[in-house]
Order: sequence, then structure tokens, then C-alpha cells
Amino acid sequence: MIEELSHEQILRYSRHLLMPEVGLQGQIKLKNSSALVIGTGGLGSPVALYLAAAGIGRIGLVDYDVVDSSNLQRQVIHGTSTVGKLKVESGRDRLQDLNPDIQIDIFNEPYTSENALRIAKDYDIIIDGTDNFPTRYLTNDVAVFLGKPNVYASIYRFDGQVSVFYAKEGPCYRCLFPEPPPPGLVPSCAEGGVLGVLPGTVGTLQATEAIKVLLGIGSPLIGKLLLYNALDMSFDFVKLKKNPKCRVCGPDADIKELIDYEAFCGVPGHHADDTSAGADWDITPQDMKTRLERDPGLILLDVREPHELEISAIEGAKNIPLGEVAQRMSELDSAKEMIVFCKRGSRSARAIEILSSAGFKKMKNLKGGINAWAEEVDRRLPLY
Amino acid sequence: MTTLRIPTPLRSYTGGKSEVIVAGAKISEALADLTTQYPAIKPHLFNESGDLRPFVNLFIGESNIKDLQGVDTPITEGDKVMLIPSIAGGSEY
Repeated sequence: MIEELSHEQILRYSRHLLMPEVGLQGQIKLKNSSALVIGTGGLGSPVALYLAAAGIGRIGLVDYDVVDSSNLQRQVIHGTSTVGKLKVESGRDRLQDLNPDIQIDIFNEPYTSENALRIAKDYDIIIDGTDNFPTRYLTNDVAVFLGKPNVYASIYRFDGQVSVFYAKEGPCYRCLFPEPPPPGLVPSCAEGGVLGVLPGTVGTLQATEAIKVLLGIGSPLIGKLLLYNALDMSFDFVKLKKNPKCRVCGPDADIKELIDYEAFCGVPGHHADDTSAGADWDITPQDMKTRLERDPGLILLDVREPHELEISAIEGAKNIPLGEVAQRMSELDSAKEMIVFCKRGSRSARAIEILSSAGFKKMKNLKGGINAWAEEVDRRLPLY
Repeated sequence: MTTLRIPTPLRSYTGGKSEVIVAGAKISEALADLTTQYPAIKPHLFNESGDLRPFVNLFIGESNIKDLQGVDTPITEGDKVMLIPSIAGGSEY
């Protein structure tokens, strides 16, 4: 137990110390507290930055990715100079620069059923800054089993959700969402896009909730869900109740230990290849080039959204966005050879599933999508 | 008539509309009207046997219909009904 603040720390945190809701005792509380931030991406960036600035004594960062230039539109903890570095190291260096007083623990590994309890047990609070359903359910269940608050946020395009799931005092994530949507029903941000500032707004709300919970002040979002829409600039609140049938926190809970979350969600959580429709369907960019040279009449089906065609396009391709494929398949001739593509191969894989269940057989999925085509065949096209 | 708020992930099935005006005295009727107006949204809300999918949450004002009378929950003129989606996105998948 660290009992007091140094003169330097008193100066650093003076704006906190001036407020009776925090004060010297509150600041010491923050100094003695710890938070685990799962993911150092769009949400984890502002959360970790503000928790570090606020003087949370120990912050854990979990991520297994490296910084990519396409991250920097929103992942403000990283920088151009750290592109290519491990995200946890890039994040740690930035946080340590912001506040050298605090301890940063880094976990350069995927957060899984095997390591999650070990990683999370030594922290007071868990912050869910993940980007996929398996890790969200895992994060929730770990928090329930360890009896810790889970500060939740999720984003999509212009929408954000924030809550504090704390099974000891209110509902958990599973009370609201007992099971995830089937794979493919909700597109990821990598496909659907996200307004860069959105995780900034939502992540700072998450940081606010974490600090309130750690200090024990105000009314945290326990039993409440905040719904934010950036386009409408609307904030709506709904009440959440504990679900008596909840399988992890209800009175008759039957899930008592961590499960296989990827199987539960039917989707891979970590770096798995969702861009293949199966080896039989796949075609490489080079092979597609050869096929096109041999048969210029080959049908190319682009299942991206119309506005993505402005970024890059393959001449002569027919555009039917994935969401319209089921309704508009009559525009396609199942007797003719067709190559389906999207940005990186996952939407086209889903289009192939839809078309093949409707009887289409002569199809190929461009492996790696138009981005791979741009890298391997037509370098005039940009990557996005 | 009731205003039903459509979350971003489902707007591609409502012609981009963020709000849809629906008729009906209870939730089930309002949803039937919604899926008549926009049939493409139906598989996203209902499973094959016609039940509301477990990850679909509907709120009247601040309350989840699961805490009221489910799809039989009555709605009155001027009620704000919100569909709350399950979203996972954070940074990148």
C-alpha cells in the first residue's frame, strides 16, 4: 500500500486534488488501483491514455498485433514512428512518456480461455476494448468468475454502446446478449468502417466509468446501457436488468468455467483466415490474371459497397453489394464462369456461400480480394 | 403509429432509414409491419421458426421488452421503440 503522494505527484494531479470527489485520498486510491485494458486499438487507445494520465497505479495492456498505418486514423496511442512495432510495446512507451510514475504490464498474446484468468486476476477492473464476439464473451465471463467490474464499450461505424457489467451489483453482458449473432450477420469494422473519432468519444466514456468505479463516486452505468450515435449526436439510455436465466451470472447458471468461445460464436477470434470460402473455391490473383487473359468474357462480381469502387476497382466487374446478393442473383448467369471478389476476400466468401446454396457452381473467390490483386497484379491500385 | 429506431448495422435493410414508422398495438404487430415494409430485415430479427433471435433486443422507452411482456408488450401512440444490436467492432477484425 502506497500511502502518500510525492510533491511531484501532488503537482501532477493538482486538478484532481482540487475536487472534493477525488481529493488526496481519491488520488491515492487511484495510485493503488489497477486496470486491465483488453486491446490497444480504437477503444484501448483513449482508455489507456486517460487512465495513465489519471494516475492509475498499474495498467495492463493485452494485444498481440503490430501497429499498422491503417490503425492511426483512430488508434491514437500509437504513432507513425511506431508502425511495425508490437502494439503493447508502442502503447507502453507512450503511456510511460505520459506518466512515468505508473507501472505498465504488457501481455503480447491473444486473450484466450487458457491465459485470461491468470492475466486478469491481479487487476481491480477489466476494460473491454476488444473487437470481436469471442473475446467479448470471454472478457465478460472472466469478469463474472473473478467478481470484477467489466467496463464495456463497442462501436460500429457511427454507433457506440457503453455499460458497466458487474454481476455482483447488476447484469452482465450475457444478460443482455445471451448469444452472439450468427457469423456474417454483423460486419466487422474492417469491412464496415468506423469513424475515427468514434472510439475516441466512446473510449473516453469508458475511461470515465472506470475511474468512477475505482473511486466509488457518482452513478456508474451499472444496469444501464448508453447508446451513442455520432451522426444524430444522440445519447440514449436504457435500463438493463439481471436476466434470471443468465447462464453465467443467473441463479441457475450452468456455465461455471471458461468455454471454447470461438466455437460458441462460430467465428475465429484471433487472426484466423475468414477470407477463404474453402480451398476449392479460392483463386489467387495471378491465376485470375491468367484466366482473364484466356477468357476475357469471364464474369467478375464485385460484392463491395458502391462507394468503395471509388477507391479502387477492376474494370468490367459487375457490382452487387453483399447485402443485395440474395435478392439480385437473378441478374447473374449460373451457367457462366464467375470470379467473386471484395476488399480482402471475406465478403466474397460469404457471397459464394449464398450463391452456392442457390445452385451456383462455376465460381471462384479471389483470395485476398482486390487488395491482393493490387499488391500482386495491378500496382496502380491503392491498398485500403 | 410508432417510431421504431433502426441501428446502423441494420439500416442497409431499411433503405438507409434510421427510423421507420410502424403500425400495431403491440410489439409483434409493429415488427410484422416492419418486415412487410422491409422484408430483407426479417432474417436478421427472426429465426427460421419465427421467434425473435436471442441477440435482438427491443426497448420501449428505457425498458427491455424481455422485462415486460416480450413481443406481446402493448405499445401506444408516441412510444419510442429501439432495436439494440449486438455489435463487436472495436479496432479491426
